[in-house]
Amino acid sequence: MSTGFNVLETRKDFPILSQTINGKPLVYLDNAATSQKPQRVIDSLSNYYQTINSNVHRGVHTLSQLATDDYESARSKVKSFIHADVDQEIIFTRGTTEAINLVAHSYGEHNIGSGDEVIISAMEHHSNIVPWQLLCQRNNATLRVIPINDDGELEIGAFDRLLTDRTKLVAVVHQSNALGTVNPIKSLVSMAHDKGVPVLVDAAQSVPHMSVNVQDIGCDFLAFSGHKLYGPTGIGVLYGKAGILEDMSPYQSGGEMIKSVTFEKTIFNVLPHKFEAGTPDIAGAIGLGSAIDYVKEIGIDVINSYEKELLDYGTAMLKNIDGLRIIGNASDKGAILSFTLGEIHPHDIGTILDSEGIAIRTGHHCAQPVMDRYGIPATARASLAFYNTKEEIDTLVQGIDKVMEVFS
Amino acid sequence: MSDLSYLYQEILLEHNSKPRNFRVLDGHTVSVEGYNPLCGDQYTLYLTMQEDTIDDISFQGAGCAISKASTSMLTERVKGKTKQEAVDVFNEFHSMITKPGSDVDYDLLEDLETLSGISEYPTRIKCAILSWHALREALDGASESVSTE
Repeated sequence: MSTGFNVLETRKDFPILSQTINGKPLVYLDNAATSQKPQRVIDSLSNYYQTINSNVHRGVHTLSQLATDDYESARSKVKSFIHADVDQEIIFTRGTTEAINLVAHSYGEHNIGSGDEVIISAMEHHSNIVPWQLLCQRNNATLRVIPINDDGELEIGAFDRLLTDRTKLVAVVHQSNALGTVNPIKSLVSMAHDKGVPVLVDAAQSVPHMSVNVQDIGCDFLAFSGHKLYGPTGIGVLYGKAGILEDMSPYQSGGEMIKSVTFEKTIFNVLPHKFEAGTPDIAGAIGLGSAIDYVKEIGIDVINSYEKELLDYGTAMLKNIDGLRIIGNASDKGAILSFTLGEIHPHDIGTILDSEGIAIRTGHHCAQPVMDRYGIPATARASLAFYNTKEEIDTLVQGIDKVMEVFS
Repeated sequence: MSDLSYLYQEILLEHNSKPRNFRVLDGHTVSVEGYNPLCGDQYTLYLTMQEDTIDDISFQGAGCAISKASTSMLTERVKGKTKQEAVDVFNEFHSMITKPGSDVDYDLLEDLETLSGISEYPTRIKCAILSWHALREALDGASESVSTE
């Protein structure tokens, strides 16, 4: 590899990858749905429960202090990983979905009203559509959608026209889960800010695969999930600019998020605790911190360039297959290969590939408007990670040959 | 997991590529939609009921090979049958697909027996059963969309 990255050594860090499925070596190509976890992340979870399990921010006892230290240290790791300014801008959530819902409620309810507009794009995941749709319904606002072209790229001119005095928020994906498109996020933010409009970035698919710098991007909010970043499920992150978060109301309420409570009045806790009601996913946060340590050791830029090589190789190989159509051909693209294969339904493709040990995603990928845009009910999607190999892509191609053989 | 060729048998592939009764039925008395939001499989069954008998039946729609073949075979199997006969077939088919190892009257199922391998693919059972639930709704007089989710 030109990057000097040793994929075969790296694969040894992921115990799940060495198993067989249906008698064949597992070829895991469903990384956009969730990524696999290195041993050190798995160890960090059991280590937490075996040695320091206790509640955070509560007790004066030693374990509580150790758990609090590790939980808050995970927050710092997230902060430095996405280049936020201060720890208080990092809110732990259950995942990207909860992070977006938090903003839709705590920010949206008070800042988006009758006659206002929210702009999303035609390539959003349902989790960056439905919260805004419901907010618009509740508050009599209107949802506007940036269209995409045939290659799966945003129509920037249309975005410019959609930005008006009525626009109160832009919520847009950094990298599309269904198409792989990487949006020019910095210029989108800049265009919105020129009109005084804040921007939320759904970074669920980008943070695991490329360097993301919230201060460079300039976004007001950014959301991502731990489980796609080689960390545990159940933990995610909302980044928000401190000044905006300060002005927002709590999302959920209860313990942890309060400073004092009487039956007459509650004073809310400071950031970030104001948005973390109840006992958080302590182990999950620590596991996410461990995943970030792991990614940093390999190097996010090394991951990005290796995956780019894989994508180029996979694209070339799939393009050789008669009847295969790649959905999503953006010039700037993450390692996602969404495709259709003649008249063969993606679910049949998925079942036959599974019999060969190959795990891909089939369906609409929680992005039905994208499928509608291309006039297809579903796609088969191979999504790559840095522990995948060119040999696995060859296995995929052989699997697709088998699919065509069954349906010949 | 059983062999793939047991799942994708020739008869299934043949029904998929040349579905029977694949049209809108002129003068139908009932139509019911079956939709699986998970995968987007969507079929409409059209029935012409003559009192208690399914005088004619057809379908339209799109989905995977399993759902399409299952629907095509459904229309062949219940055409000309009474409601009760169709319900009996539904019950046997349902048992065969969802309760592997149960006592099934394969004589009643005829060609549908070739779909029995689907019971070993839990993620595909909904594909096979989708239109059968739509049929059940049609026979029960409902005319709304049914979903296997």
